[in-house]
Amino acid sequence: MSRADLLLRVELRSHPESLCLVRGALAVLTENFGFAAPDCRAVVLAVDEALANVIRHAYAGRRGRPIEISFRRVRLRRNGASREGLEIVLLDRGRRIDRAKLRGRELEDVRPGGLGLHFIRECMDAVEFRRKAGWNRLRLVKFLRVPRPPRDS
Amino acid sequence: MQISSRHVDQLTIFDITGDIDLATSPELRLALLREIRERRRPRVIVNLTQVRYMDSSGLASLIEALKASKDSGTRFALFGLSAHVREVIHLSKLTHFFEIHDDEEGASAP
Repeated sequence: MSRADLLLRVELRSHPESLCLVRGALAVLTENFGFAAPDCRAVVLAVDEALANVIRHAYAGRRGRPIEISFRRVRLRRNGASREGLEIVLLDRGRRIDRAKLRGRELEDVRPGGLGLHFIRECMDAVEFRRKAGWNRLRLVKFLRVPRPPRDS
Repeated sequence: MQISSRHVDQLTIFDITGDIDLATSPELRLALLREIRERRRPRVIVNLTQVRYMDSSGLASLIEALKASKDSGTRFALFGLSAHVREVIHLSKLTHFFEIHDDEEGASAP
């Protein structure tokens, strides 16, 4: 992957007050990338929820811990076709996340909590988590929608 | 986020402005639960017209208020949902659990 694919790289600390800054930048980035408005909102929500999970769970609410986010334009094969998309990678040095908790929870039970991961999975086309060398690495991908060809009249 | 409240007869209306996220949702949660559990107001309405963004922690605050309202016999309603807030509630598949109105007139009707 070339450096030219990198659209934005952000280093921030685990302060909840930082989330609105990332949302603001991401709203502009997704719009410029070419996403339709609902997909822009979906990507912003997914990244915001992922960052909130890092702050609440990986860092257990501790402030001032490092988080890195990078945004890249990628072209990947999906369902046999080459598709352009936005790849987002979040890195943190928090505690290892229990893989069982990454499944999210059932929605039948009406109760607060546990919805963030469900939102991330619903909003993104790919969600992958890895732990390597003391870093949690969450990779998210959202593909641009392919415009439908006009119908023959 | 800013919260202000109005009291009209048996109604309490919370006017929320700004983003409801990890940083601000605890304040919303406290305000709603105080009104429902401690003051035991018969009807609590949340005006979301000026809310641009809400995350899962904001939704969790509304769910907790909804559950508290059922325990205390309070009628709890929302109005003025933006496209984003509607999408978030829809994603949670909890739309039918909330009383949702387009505007204040509908939410405050008997």
